[in-house]
Amino acid sequence: MVEVKLWGALSASLGSDTGRVDIEAKTIGELLKKLVEEYPGVEPYMTRGISVSIDGVIYRDNWTKELPEGAEIYLLPRMAGG
Amino acid sequence: MGMDQTFKNKAFKMVGTRPERPDGFDKVTGRARYGADFNMPGQLVGRILRSPHAHARIKSIDTSKAEALQGVKAVLTAADLPDLSDGDSGLFNTLENCMARTVARYDGHAVAAVAAVDTRTAKEALKLIKVDYEVLPHVTEIEDAIKDTAPVVRENAKAEAGLPHNIGSTIEFGHGDPETGFKNADVVIERTFKTEQSHQGYIEPHACVGNVNADGTAELWVCTQGAFGYRQDCASLLGLDVSKLRVTSSEIGGGFGGKTHVWAEPIALALSRKAGRPVKLVLSREEVFRGTGPTSATKIDVKIGVTKDGRITAGYADCYYTSGPYPSVWAELGATTAFSCYDLEHVKTIGYEVVVNRPKTAAYRAPSAPMAAFAIESVLDELAEKIGMDPLELRIKNAAKEGTQSSYGPVYGPIGFGETLAAAKNHPHLKAPLGKNQGRGIACGYWFNIGGQTCTDLNIGVDGTVTLTIGTVDVGGSRASMSLVAAEELGIPYEQVRTVVADTSSLGHNDMTEGSRGTFSSSLTTIFAARNAIEILRERAALMLGIPVDDIVWEGGEARAKGDSHGNLPALSLKEIAKAAPKTGGPIAGHSEITADGAGASFGTHICDVEVDPETGSTRVVRYTVIQDAGKAVHPDYVEGQFQGGAVQGIGWALNEEYIYGEDGRLQNPGFLDYRIPVCSDLPMIDTHIVEVPNPNHPYGVRGVGETPIVPPLAAVANAVSHAIGVRMTHIPMSPPRIVAALEAAKAG
Repeated sequence: MVEVKLWGALSASLGSDTGRVDIEAKTIGELLKKLVEEYPGVEPYMTRGISVSIDGVIYRDNWTKELPEGAEIYLLPRMAGG
Repeated sequence: MGMDQTFKNKAFKMVGTRPERPDGFDKVTGRARYGADFNMPGQLVGRILRSPHAHARIKSIDTSKAEALQGVKAVLTAADLPDLSDGDSGLFNTLENCMARTVARYDGHAVAAVAAVDTRTAKEALKLIKVDYEVLPHVTEIEDAIKDTAPVVRENAKAEAGLPHNIGSTIEFGHGDPETGFKNADVVIERTFKTEQSHQGYIEPHACVGNVNADGTAELWVCTQGAFGYRQDCASLLGLDVSKLRVTSSEIGGGFGGKTHVWAEPIALALSRKAGRPVKLVLSREEVFRGTGPTSATKIDVKIGVTKDGRITAGYADCYYTSGPYPSVWAELGATTAFSCYDLEHVKTIGYEVVVNRPKTAAYRAPSAPMAAFAIESVLDELAEKIGMDPLELRIKNAAKEGTQSSYGPVYGPIGFGETLAAAKNHPHLKAPLGKNQGRGIACGYWFNIGGQTCTDLNIGVDGTVTLTIGTVDVGGSRASMSLVAAEELGIPYEQVRTVVADTSSLGHNDMTEGSRGTFSSSLTTIFAARNAIEILRERAALMLGIPVDDIVWEGGEARAKGDSHGNLPALSLKEIAKAAPKTGGPIAGHSEITADGAGASFGTHICDVEVDPETGSTRVVRYTVIQDAGKAVHPDYVEGQFQGGAVQGIGWALNEEYIYGEDGRLQNPGFLDYRIPVCSDLPMIDTHIVEVPNPNHPYGVRGVGETPIVPPLAAVANAVSHAIGVRMTHIPMSPPRIVAALEAAKAG
């Protein structure tokens, strides 16, 4: 089980008052899959793109990345650049 | 070693040196081949017809006369571009932006195109296309667009509950409770800031040659920041197989984000498919301004509180960003980066994406961050003044550091912001005296930096020279930098490596060269590919020496036998092993494909001195210094070049550059005479100072550097101008009329 912190709008759409949800997942891919299963409201955000920050390191596409026990995990909008 | 990307504090022989750039001679002698330099036998000339209206329903398009004109080989409208988006709204918006379907949504929106035997015929054909428009009400300004009574820009878009219909999306970041924080403040300042829309101003207009063959294969030669991304977009829009479309990128005369989106390229391919001949499409400067993507115009309402001793108690910002007719991520990025430099207990930002009848907003170097930094850094400057504190000290006191929870959520790892501030404090620029009518400003900035899908090949020739094939476009010196990295890893001279940029049929997928990812990502795959090749070199050396591979080490560009029992064996150089390769197993190559992650964030601090003529409002930057954390500067010349280039673009934006729209919604200044970017004679030499706080997620410590340098300049120049004239400037660009108006308003009280 990992604790996932959410940004404001996502938190509201998932119905979380605390800005965080608990998910049983070992990798980023598993986390995103279970998030959609348990919180269908996340789907539009997934379509737009989501990044996952693990202990401050931002991952955009690496679904195989493991979620270490006790890590700080943040969902963020997908980062882009110029 | 292998794929381990953690920082190793190794001593460098090549990385950090400044060899001559491999593309330099061709570029300064005019031999380099840019997008418009490519030609094919039998190619046609493509031209695009654009809407003269800011917003209009297309009732009908009659192309019959154009089609009948001798020399015209194809005429294209949206009817030739079926919607293949299959519910992908992003892809549909790209399709619609490339060619209007039922509604033209901005002045300059493409509505039809022709391919003809020559330019004269193509231009004549455009005149013969009759478009029957029903002109609709339009809106180009943020304040107008967010009114409930504003014209509807996206007729089918669903607004969020309680929000005006032209707000495409909202987003919120932050932690703590700003209201509590403001109550604890001794001074609170609340201001509204505006920035006008600016263009990346790349010197090379968009140019391409598209060719679709009868068997369904196709080629595109194009000026782009990402051949693979263009391939994906064009193939998806036109229903081509990805593997059958080969995209080759030319040299690039600037992109800065504007060449991460497709504009005319699908049109060139579609024209070619219809005409059965190659089609060359080169946009004019006017078309670049009207029909490609500038950055957002913004309105940002900021509130910040501080204690008398300079501790920021809370920050709040409402960030309104225009996105043209298509909602995207621009307000999101502004809201994310706004307070990212500071360690705040209470912070909140809300981003509002505002759709307007202007061209689709495109990425522009650290997209959205400069405008947010302008607002936040201006208020910090004013707060420092109010509490009698040095503005740099205020920033030092509140600077984010390792362990700080960023304003957008995650906790920072090792970052070099504090080091840039310390370097600024000790910089002679900060101590230099100012003259009459002069003012000094400082400002700070941040960009995330990203990684992404990256693939690299490293091939060793039989003579021991190395060809490195990368898929990120060389937008800022990556061929030289990657040659340095390969040479470093292999232990050979820089001159022994040649780096080339691959076409899409020669290498695995590489994401766009954006987000300061080029050097970070491709250096990772270069290192891994080199290590892969070294393993093979060791195996071959073992065969040549007749000893187990585990007894071979790679040191200083040579395979050496280790252990007392092999003391008499000679070291084998890379050249010797390569020469024997045909007889020891064939070609020697290394390869790497990864999704690069762990890009280290980059922070910068800028110092700017200006002199303002109080009578004319004309402003001259007299001294400018960029200090930024690069993690590790692979080729310092290029890093400094990025610092200077970003600063110069920011200075131009701060002082002159803006899209000016008339009442009719038409762009009034689509050319470099009326949209003035700075030239060398306008500027002093931009001083640079590279800070190196290693990125822990890169073997050499590399961070991206290209985006951050454009983040602080709007604020640094604005703070300098405000001090020079004694009036706080809140509207970018600070063109002479705006400065004169601000002075007159201040005089009038």
